[in-house]
Amino acid sequence: MSEIPTHIDFRANVQAVRPEMPASVQKATARFLGTRANVVGELGEARWQQLRQAGHDIRLHTLEHLDGYLALLEQRVTEAGGHVHWARDAAEANRIVLEIAARHGVKRAVKAKSMATEEIGLNHALAEAGISVLETDLGEFIIQLAGVGPSHIIVPAVHLTKEGIARLFTEKLGVDAPADPFALAAIARRTLRQAFLEADMGISGANFLVAETGTLVIVSNEGNGRMCTTLPRLHVAVVGIDKVVPDMESLNVLLKLLPRSATGQKMSCYISFITGPRGSDGEGGPQEFHLVLLDNGRTRILQDEIARQTLLCIRCGVCLNVCPVYNHVGGHAYGFAYSGPIGAILSPQLLGGKVAGDLPFASSLCGACAEYCPVKIPIPEILIQLRRRVVEGDRVEGPSAPPVIRVAAGVGGLAFRLPWLYEFGTQVLKVAQAPLRRDGWLPALPPPVNRWTLARPFPAFAADFRQWWRSRTPAGRRKMQQRRIGAVALIAAAVGLLSWLLGRRGRQ
Amino acid sequence: MTKKVQLFITCLGENFFSPVLRDMVTVLERLGLQCEMPEGQTCCGQPFYNSGLQSQTVGPARQWLKVFAPTEGYIVAPSGSCAEFVRHRYPELFPPGTPEHAAAEDIAGRTFEFSEFLTKVLGATDVGARFPHKVTYHASCHILRGLGLREEPKRLLQAVRGLELIPLPEEETCCGFGGIFSVIYPEVSRAMMDAKVRHIMASGAEVVVVGEPGCLMNIAGGLHKAGSPIRPMHLIQVLAAQE
Repeated sequence: MSEIPTHIDFRANVQAVRPEMPASVQKATARFLGTRANVVGELGEARWQQLRQAGHDIRLHTLEHLDGYLALLEQRVTEAGGHVHWARDAAEANRIVLEIAARHGVKRAVKAKSMATEEIGLNHALAEAGISVLETDLGEFIIQLAGVGPSHIIVPAVHLTKEGIARLFTEKLGVDAPADPFALAAIARRTLRQAFLEADMGISGANFLVAETGTLVIVSNEGNGRMCTTLPRLHVAVVGIDKVVPDMESLNVLLKLLPRSATGQKMSCYISFITGPRGSDGEGGPQEFHLVLLDNGRTRILQDEIARQTLLCIRCGVCLNVCPVYNHVGGHAYGFAYSGPIGAILSPQLLGGKVAGDLPFASSLCGACAEYCPVKIPIPEILIQLRRRVVEGDRVEGPSAPPVIRVAAGVGGLAFRLPWLYEFGTQVLKVAQAPLRRDGWLPALPPPVNRWTLARPFPAFAADFRQWWRSRTPAGRRKMQQRRIGAVALIAAAVGLLSWLLGRRGRQ
Repeated sequence: MTKKVQLFITCLGENFFSPVLRDMVTVLERLGLQCEMPEGQTCCGQPFYNSGLQSQTVGPARQWLKVFAPTEGYIVAPSGSCAEFVRHRYPELFPPGTPEHAAAEDIAGRTFEFSEFLTKVLGATDVGARFPHKVTYHASCHILRGLGLREEPKRLLQAVRGLELIPLPEEETCCGFGGIFSVIYPEVSRAMMDAKVRHIMASGAEVVVVGEPGCLMNIAGGLHKAGSPIRPMHLIQVLAAQE
């Protein structure tokens, strides 16, 4: 169960990572990347790049005309018999859902997998209101039992091994659970089937909202999404306003990109299209359908031209799969529902720099994420933009890092503006390092740069290229000669001055 | 007329890799180019920019432009990260219409990473090197994704006499350097570096070739810590070799 964090300490979270976890994550991400490579390969590189560009263009166009598409969506959903609610933030969204639940006397709710409800901590709010809520996506079901948030956007329990899940089931469900995926799924299914039939309310998110038709689209593989949205008499969907797409043609492009990038499938097992509640002619589905459109900081994200591209995201999770940082630390290190590279750019914008200012720095800027992103989000560029917001502040948010960083950088920057000081510095470092130098290396540096030598030795300072270069030409040799004379004169003058001063003091 | 090359030695190059810089001169002169070393160069400012200190980047960038803008010919760096920064970011750092912006646009068109310069500008792959060793290549992020040089460095290596190029598992995965990242999050950086070093040691190579000073510092340090006999070398050093 997610709770909204008040401060994310990425380094402390990393230090708390269980040693066996990375292998479990890497096994899953490698499998997804392998199947992705196959299906992308089948399409061919040129076609794939065309699709990515089309996906990018569609998403950017929608963001740039979001007001119009949202108004159209509201109109179409309402025409189809649904109810549309607008939530400015997490608290308002939770309140709306609780009010709907209260009106219908809801005791038990079932939930399809939804990142938006993780983002607002809905399960927490429901539990506090005395409503029992059961996650029905297998991965979410597992992490709900474990009492933790998702560690991956599409595979929430990716940090666990089958042995770990078996132990969890045995402990929490009181059954004898073997470490076998099929047996574990069967145990979960037994629990879930009953819950679907007893639930008063189904809660879902959505992968897309089609404005033209007022249709909610859910992409899933387990069928639980369909059961949550059809079996209970009441369906409430909580969806970020960024999920809207103009029309079915646009959706078609995004549905080619999403499953291929996410799981390496050409198409997921289920794609549910939900347009309003059930009609009067005896069709299936809930009697009432509510759509809660969630802002929660998204319109603020739109303010910045570069960082707004964060909202192009279709939540495929491929940036996590390909990220070397994510693969070594897992999702929980990112401290919020969204993890990996997308979490590193989305969380700080949703939660602010004071809460999540660590995250834009949790990247080596290697760029693998941007290379794989199906809608071409320039993640490294946004990371740098957000680092600036944290350190220097911008028009969206003031700085959240301590001012001492800016002062220290100003002093450091001086050496790069003054070439003589810089060159002098390179030579001073060569001398000053002597006590630390062992065998061409500096095995241990003083704080704060000891953080480098925690991991590996630092190479010894050895700047002598300029001397070598100057020694190659007569003019250069003359210049060096002059500098040497200048240096000797300077030292002689300094020594002279010092001895005169000492002499004076001695006489006094 | 002999083509001129301005040596952009970079701050990491200058402070830690003098032999690489001397070899850069060797290879360029062997190819008939005339090298010049603009005095007064310091750091391009990339470490500031990537740390979120954009306003502190302008000072070093202005100094860099003051040094390089009046020069003639190509500007060549032993680093993809520095070349990419100057080429892609300088024009954005100064508003259009300013003299710095015009200078940045000019140098953006003539600044190159070393392997890029050899293969794309000179059209050279065989630079007369001989290096009879088993070699594997780590693809640095800024050379690979920043500048889009996937095959070029390997083509140069394959043309070296006697050299046997061995594939590196997960060749394109970041080594964990990442500038400021390696200091802010040493535990993650170390995990990434350890994985890279494990792959290098498993490759069976005697030498690991890297084209980026930052990655070279990191990987060399990792190999040293692991007590590995595998020699870390800059691409330029291999291309200069005539063993």
